[in-house]
Amino acid sequence: MTFTSVAAPSTYAGTPKRGPVTRLLEDERWLALVLLIPTLVLLGLFIAYPFFKGVELSVTDTKVGVPGHFVGLQNFEKIWNDSIFHVAVWNTCLYTFVTTVFKLALGLWLALLLNHHFKGKAFTRAFILLPFIIPTVLSTLAWKWMFDPTFSVINWGLFRLGLIEGRINWLGDPNLALISVIIVNVWRGVPFYAISLLAGLQTISPELHEAAAIDGARAWQRFRHVTWPLLLPVTLVIVLFSVIQTFADFQLVYVLTGGGPANATQLFATYAYQLGIGTGLLSEGATISLAIFPVLLLVVIVQLLYIRRVETH
Amino acid sequence: MARIDRRRLLRLSGAGAIAAGSGGLAAILATGRAPAYAQGTSLHWLRWADFVPASDKLLKEKIAPQCEKALGIKLNVEMINANDLQARVTAAIQSGTGPDIIMLLGTWPQLYADSVVDVSDVAEEIGRAQGGYYDTQRTLATIGSKWIGVPWAVGGGLVTYRKSWLAQAGAEKFPATWDEYRAIGKKLKAAGHPYGQTAGHTFGDAPGWWYPYLWSWDGKEVAEDGKTVVLNSKETIESVKFAVPLWKETMDEGGLAWDDSSNNRAFLSGSISATNNGASIYLEAKKKPDSYLTESGKPMKDDILHTKIPKGPGGQFNLGGGFTDILMSYSKNQKPAKDFLRWVHTKPVFEEWFTSQQGYTSGATMEWEEDPVWDVDPVLRPFRDLPRSGRLVGYAGAPNRNAAEVVTKYIIVDMYAKAIQGMAAEDAVKWAHEELMKIYG
Repeated sequence: MTFTSVAAPSTYAGTPKRGPVTRLLEDERWLALVLLIPTLVLLGLFIAYPFFKGVELSVTDTKVGVPGHFVGLQNFEKIWNDSIFHVAVWNTCLYTFVTTVFKLALGLWLALLLNHHFKGKAFTRAFILLPFIIPTVLSTLAWKWMFDPTFSVINWGLFRLGLIEGRINWLGDPNLALISVIIVNVWRGVPFYAISLLAGLQTISPELHEAAAIDGARAWQRFRHVTWPLLLPVTLVIVLFSVIQTFADFQLVYVLTGGGPANATQLFATYAYQLGIGTGLLSEGATISLAIFPVLLLVVIVQLLYIRRVETH
Repeated sequence: MARIDRRRLLRLSGAGAIAAGSGGLAAILATGRAPAYAQGTSLHWLRWADFVPASDKLLKEKIAPQCEKALGIKLNVEMINANDLQARVTAAIQSGTGPDIIMLLGTWPQLYADSVVDVSDVAEEIGRAQGGYYDTQRTLATIGSKWIGVPWAVGGGLVTYRKSWLAQAGAEKFPATWDEYRAIGKKLKAAGHPYGQTAGHTFGDAPGWWYPYLWSWDGKEVAEDGKTVVLNSKETIESVKFAVPLWKETMDEGGLAWDDSSNNRAFLSGSISATNNGASIYLEAKKKPDSYLTESGKPMKDDILHTKIPKGPGGQFNLGGGFTDILMSYSKNQKPAKDFLRWVHTKPVFEEWFTSQQGYTSGATMEWEEDPVWDVDPVLRPFRDLPRSGRLVGYAGAPNRNAAEVVTKYIIVDMYAKAIQGMAAEDAVKWAHEELMKIYG
């Protein structure tokens, strides 16, 4: 009997009373679900709903203020035959490819420089982020002034240096216009690459470099066989994010050229805006936006598979 | 905010009820007082940020308080960049909430006709009372016999030019034909004073120049049935063929990248000698006579004149741009909104705003041609007659949704831009014709 009295009482006086919710949350599966709910709600509201709404719009003939009827794939057929859409596809692919290559190369170079110890390192790192921090519209307006056909400070500088005799028509010449928007995108995107790659570089143990140096590896060999393989998974994730963002770029081109001259800088997003908002053809705008999806999906799948392979090895 | 006691509210409401009951504008004018609404009634009016800032200031600081006093309606006037208006309208219509009244430009009201209130009663009253609307304004604000908006004013472009520079090039009067315009332009460009015009993607000045240019050569988008695309014609090809040397020999070639404010800056900085524009360049030069000077140090405003674009085989036109107020069907303040529109268009109220424009816009009704504002400054007087030579996009058809799509896709502008960039005139016209076929299909 004594033994029985020593056993813990069924309700311990010092323990607060636990309600059914607390008891439920003690089960990790339920707790996980509850913790995930805010994220799920946010993703549902801002990602899933617009996406499915976009799909719904693309198979109807909805216009602003006019409910649409189901038209199947008619909108896709229309954009397939649309010469401006073809230009936008080509421009977007070229724009994304060229900017990504330059952003990666310059970002990596900058990250490697910033990974060294030097005086004013913290200040330089913060300063380099500026293009990324300034709202895109504001910085692009500044670039617009710099490219202005009449008042371009770049032209003025080149002229003063004796490098040019006439004006360079930065945004008026179709090829130069695309190059100009590429330059601005690279300028804006390099800090993101540099700081993210720098974070990646700092996770690489210096001991590995030291060991390689002792074994006689030169700087390039150390980069090629130590730094690069260890940095690759981070790099691929950064490139993935960057490609998605660049593919859907809007503000920069909208402010700089509005897609002109003669659609020379028209991208998916600017053309979708032009049709969806400018003309009120919501379904056609949504169709163009959605046309990006399969391309991006393919890019994401290939990259994620590659990342998994790299990590497994 | 001024307090209104119960007696005053009843008194005002009584006058309002009588006015409303006995027939709108006439009654408002007769009683001298418009219908009053209970405290708390507010109206949200969305407009573009005017190129004449003094007019926006007047609306906010004087007309809004007057409105509250006269109608008991708190008027919230919001001005945004014209380029952003369509995004706001789209969001408002799709979400069913937003401004009660929105002022739109050009053909835009046609795009939102299914989401607006029939304002035929208000528009017809104003038209009858003020000498009738110009045809272009009526067309922009109606579908069939239904008014989808109340025309506010007419904007449009005339060539703003430096008379001394043109005189130096041998033109005592502005060139009357395209050939003369080209010949003088050659000399001007050689002297470092080219003409300046945009061929870029910008909503106002690009269609404002290239559509009238096309019409002056007798080119047109569609036939009178409004369906048959007739752009690919001998006339259009001729216009494109002429546009290329005109551009290279006479224009500032940076214009391919210009937006709506670029030509203003270029003109005021003395880089160009002529450009098709509203009166905003002259008004700015007039506002700051000490800042904008000619090369001889005199105020630039005294060297500026306005005139129509040269005449071509098809005639002489300008793009009939209208500003139209649409009343949104989701608005819960439709009655106050209509009464506000009646009130704001009464002569004493509208005249204050109209005078503040100094000639930047013309009235939408013909009565405003007689307004004393046109006697103040002879340089601005040519804008008075602008609405009479206006033509609308989509000619010879209606300025409907299809015509608006052609504008927003910049097809006519790009037809010329492509040729300027080197495409053969025939190919550029063929491309534009095919794009129009897809739209008018």
